[in-house]
Amino acid sequence: MGVAGRRFSTSLETNGSREDDRTSPFVSSEVEKRIWDVLENVPDPELPVLSILDLGIVRSVEPHRVTITPTYTGCPATLAIQASIRAALDAAGYRDVAIETVLSPSWTTDWITPEGRAKLQAYGIAPPSPAATATCPQCGSADTEEVSRFGSTPCKALWRCRACAEPFDRFKCH
Amino acid sequence: MPSLPTIQPEDVATAERASHAGNFDAPALDQHRDAIADYALRLGDDALILGQRLTEWCGHAPQLEIDLSLANLGLDLIGQATLLLGLAGELEGQGRDADALAFHRDVLAFRNCLMVEQPNGDFARTIARQFLFSTYQAALYEALQHSAAPRLAEIAAKAVKEVRYHADLAADWVIRLGDGSEESRQRMIDGLDWHWRFVDELFQMDAVEQALVDAAIGVDKAALRPGFDDVVGRVLTNATLPLPVYPRAVVGGRKGHHSEHLGHLLAVMQFLPRAYPDATW
Repeated sequence: MGVAGRRFSTSLETNGSREDDRTSPFVSSEVEKRIWDVLENVPDPELPVLSILDLGIVRSVEPHRVTITPTYTGCPATLAIQASIRAALDAAGYRDVAIETVLSPSWTTDWITPEGRAKLQAYGIAPPSPAATATCPQCGSADTEEVSRFGSTPCKALWRCRACAEPFDRFKCH
Repeated sequence: MPSLPTIQPEDVATAERASHAGNFDAPALDQHRDAIADYALRLGDDALILGQRLTEWCGHAPQLEIDLSLANLGLDLIGQATLLLGLAGELEGQGRDADALAFHRDVLAFRNCLMVEQPNGDFARTIARQFLFSTYQAALYEALQHSAAPRLAEIAAKAVKEVRYHADLAADWVIRLGDGSEESRQRMIDGLDWHWRFVDELFQMDAVEQALVDAAIGVDKAALRPGFDDVVGRVLTNATLPLPVYPRAVVGGRKGHHSEHLGHLLAVMQFLPRAYPDATW
């Protein structure tokens, strides 16, 4: 394990062991691809419609290491996400893959994938956007207004649609 | 043939303190290790104590939306405290993690500023504290992102995005209450008056912080004051509120000289982990 990678890890985050070096680039990329496939099926615990890949919190995958970054510093889902990744990797036979958390560069909503944004809108949460108004996830109207700067979680604000009168959450730009 | 220099006791001590991976890429920081630990403790205690204060509003705020806002602000701050106290504990090297520092220190060992430990009072007083503190904290983290200590810099870069939002939210409320009814306006004035005497302490420097400024690790807080005064002045003008005037600042939190309020806060916060040390969530 490299010095630079090690510097940000804590005891909580390194569960795996690494007993060999898989040096062949072919084997590495095959393993990496399969690990990516495993991660694609790990949902965000608070927004189960999104995978952790949609959310953009997986920073890199190496044959022996998955690097993730937290969304908000106080997000209670951070530990739950680590536990779900661990369980998914273990179940797929990757007990020797460590999970490492890095803070830098810090997560931004720009990393939510286009698929993730579409899933959010379909789920009833307006995706993050610098636009002044949100598109109502219920009726599609752009005639919407902010009710409160925070919604049910730190990452969302509470909005209301003037056309259909339904309230909805909007992902904050972060 | 030249002889090799003798190994000095301090070289041995330095080598022993290096992390398992060997922080040999950052030898310049090593001499500031204790000061950075102290610095992280101050920043972490500020975030922890204010976070705990805000959670007292949970279920008591005037509206559901405000309840959610204050709880989410508290959550962000406690997240920042976890990172900062974790760093402080690691650098201190006595085996204390963030939880040990939060729950197993007594009041005199806390290094937070006095403003964050003040009782919530009414909603306007809570908003006054949040506005003053978040405005200061946002400027501090903004500058700390460029610290020569990478761990501090990355925590600041992450936290600043959260804190800018806190400062905006609080400023919105200062304007809304100040420019609102006669009653909300008077309460906002009283809230700002209560907290004004604790503003100077936010920007106070001491030898520890000055040494870190000289090493490009810490932030020169005194230099942040004009920007802070500018923001506060603009928001209060917008809110049609007068600038509070207080003759004398109250200081001492960074040395552990706290008001009586902090002990009461800790009694609530620390009771469970102290009474049931092995309790797990």
